[in-house]
Amino acid sequence: MGINVDLTVIWAFIIAFAVFMYVVMDGFDLGIGILFPSFKVGEERDQAMNSIAPVWDGNETWLVLGGGGLFAAFPLAYGVILTATYPLIIAMLLGLVFRGVAFEFRWRDPRHRALWDMAFSVGSFIAAFAQGVTLGAILQGVQVENQAYAGGWLDWLTPFSLLTGAGVVIGYALLGATWLIWKVEGTAEAHARRLALWAAIGTLFAMAAVSAATPFLQFEYWKRWFDMPGVLATAQVPLLTAIVAFLLFRKLRGGATAAPFLLALALFALGFAGLGISLFPYIVPDSITIWDAAAPERSQVFMLIGTAIIMPIILAYTGWAYWVFRGKVGTHGYH
Amino acid sequence: MFDAFDALLLARIQFGFTVSFHFIFPAFSIGLASYLMVLEGLWLKTGRDIYLDLFRYWVKIFAIAFAMGVVSGIVMSYQFGTNWSVFSTKAGPVIGPLMAYEVLTAFFLEAGFLGVMLFGMSKVGKGLHFAATCMVALGTFISAFWILSVNSWMQTPTGFEISPDGRFLPGPSWLAIIFNPSFPYRLVHTVIAAYLTTAFVVGAVGAWHLLRDCRNLHARKMFSMAMWMAAIVAPVQIFAGDMHGLNTLEHQPAKVMAMEGHYDSHPDGAPLILFGIPNSAEKRIDYAVEIPKASSLILKHDLDAPLAGLDTIPDDREPPVPVIFWSFRVMVGIGFAMLGLGLWSLFARMRKRLYDWPGLHRAAVLMGPSGFVAVIAGWITTEVGRQPYTVYGELLTAQSSSPLAAPAVGASLIAFVIVYFAVFGAGTWYILHLMHRPAVPHEPEHEPVPVRAAGITPAPAIVTGAE
Repeated sequence: MGINVDLTVIWAFIIAFAVFMYVVMDGFDLGIGILFPSFKVGEERDQAMNSIAPVWDGNETWLVLGGGGLFAAFPLAYGVILTATYPLIIAMLLGLVFRGVAFEFRWRDPRHRALWDMAFSVGSFIAAFAQGVTLGAILQGVQVENQAYAGGWLDWLTPFSLLTGAGVVIGYALLGATWLIWKVEGTAEAHARRLALWAAIGTLFAMAAVSAATPFLQFEYWKRWFDMPGVLATAQVPLLTAIVAFLLFRKLRGGATAAPFLLALALFALGFAGLGISLFPYIVPDSITIWDAAAPERSQVFMLIGTAIIMPIILAYTGWAYWVFRGKVGTHGYH
Repeated sequence: MFDAFDALLLARIQFGFTVSFHFIFPAFSIGLASYLMVLEGLWLKTGRDIYLDLFRYWVKIFAIAFAMGVVSGIVMSYQFGTNWSVFSTKAGPVIGPLMAYEVLTAFFLEAGFLGVMLFGMSKVGKGLHFAATCMVALGTFISAFWILSVNSWMQTPTGFEISPDGRFLPGPSWLAIIFNPSFPYRLVHTVIAAYLTTAFVVGAVGAWHLLRDCRNLHARKMFSMAMWMAAIVAPVQIFAGDMHGLNTLEHQPAKVMAMEGHYDSHPDGAPLILFGIPNSAEKRIDYAVEIPKASSLILKHDLDAPLAGLDTIPDDREPPVPVIFWSFRVMVGIGFAMLGLGLWSLFARMRKRLYDWPGLHRAAVLMGPSGFVAVIAGWITTEVGRQPYTVYGELLTAQSSSPLAAPAVGASLIAFVIVYFAVFGAGTWYILHLMHRPAVPHEPEHEPVPVRAAGITPAPAIVTGAE
């Protein structure tokens, strides 16, 4: 049992890592989609689109790993969460369909470019919002009986989940805007810088609002955050968030190109750590822990061997692909 | 609105719909990725620009097909949890890890190198670019390996234990799970099907342009390569399909009974029913056209070998016969039509008329989409033939679905149908549009070059305008 416990925690961290990778990597893709209508048709939009065309597919694969990994490592949680948030998952998937095909279609059919630009934008917004609402739905807890979802199909819809939905949309917009500061030039870059400032303010407000609301949900969140001596550790999260936010505003006002994106990533990492503190060791708050949901040891070991070998390779060639397309994208694609 | 349907039926329709749509794209992209690898390899080896032109021509089509495969595939990875949560909870410990391996070894490989393959030629040089193309092709194959292993395990489950709470747990050896009895046959049969599907699409495009101008060198090259594939691979596929059928007879006899239309047992030689109308109510084939004892000959290699019929299977464990009976005949019929076209092309080649025989080219154009129909028909045969189980002989479909309300499943089904037809309809139209345009010398690269950017005149316009 001793080994099994450790493997389950390791798997919880691997899934969390996959979800975080997805959130930040597809986060900036989706953020660009959300902000897309505010860029001028032509050079500005083309630059924005070109800056993610070679990488969006790889970024989205982390979502498949998050979903597939959850299925493999925590089958019970996969079944319960996906049933509880059914309409949200369907909406997200359909949003991603529109977003994904728009990359190719808008170039193939210039006459209907406006239509596919809108599909790109609306699809990105729906996917981001659905992901945010799903986060809220998990945080506020779902009704579980006999190891199965026992609630209705609209239980997820609450003011809190709408708040997290809005928060994720704004947060993704921040990632997208800061990515564009790094990758595009000219009027597009200046526009992205203005957007990033507003998105940063909005993201901080959203983080504060969600943080303030979370301890008042029905669970033990309050105790996790504020009991001694844990508060000495948990208090570092808001403290670091304040420091990162300060630096982000300074860099946005200065002329830095890469720093704002990296600081936005740090902001997301802190928010993610905060969620981890709230949830751990539950995967569905108050009803299913990671140990309840875990796959048997044989499944965990088999996958861990593969993950330990393959994950570094994936990170290496993903890094290489980003390196190939480094620098400003320019107006003529990557040439 | 959905009261007349139960959630289970709607969930099955939804899964069948989304997976059928999805299957079309990998069936094409697995073969096309390998074709692109061959084209680029030939270009690097021979230095002849015609191969680079063809590579650039087909990579644009590949990009669209691949994007549609990706977005429809992501839906699949969540369908298990949304609509089949009980199945996921029970079978997850066994098939979940296989799917995780698919993501780790295949999806990241494809996606990671796709960007370089599509946009990176001038950035990384020829050698590395070819390596990226190979990685994408390898990724599509590895993906097929894992997902077909999962699919085969659901058909012929081995290497598992059942826990006290009714979950499937992995046994001591993962090899027994991965290489379950039907997997090697299914893998070979399906991957060859993907290659054939692509060959017939490439052949049809080549033929289409030969019909317009039989001196078109690019069209000639495409058509010739595709017809070699048809002539060589179609007979191999018929043989592989036969082996797969014998394997099915051993492990899932009820499926073969439904394919053959054998409602009754035949103690001394079963007839091969070529055509007929399955009559489920009376449990017989009406208007059957049959060859006496031929089915025993094919399945048992003995004219008088006894063959059991569906009368030996309890009614509530029988798969639905009419669907399987028809889908099987469609698949086999297309297989032999492919063989026929392959032989015709050999004959034409012998008489040196491969490039100026309009009848042959028209037939090739007509056969262009046949691979997709065969692939879907074959898939229906094997999956419907698995019913009424999700895990054959172990877990009933009726006990696998999520505790969802019918309106939720019905509404999402309608949304999927509308979105898929609109989006993938548009994508297919764009692909056909690209295919309609001939490949040309100095074929432009796949690249989202801004059409309106100053100083850049779109190259395709110049080339097609000059024709």
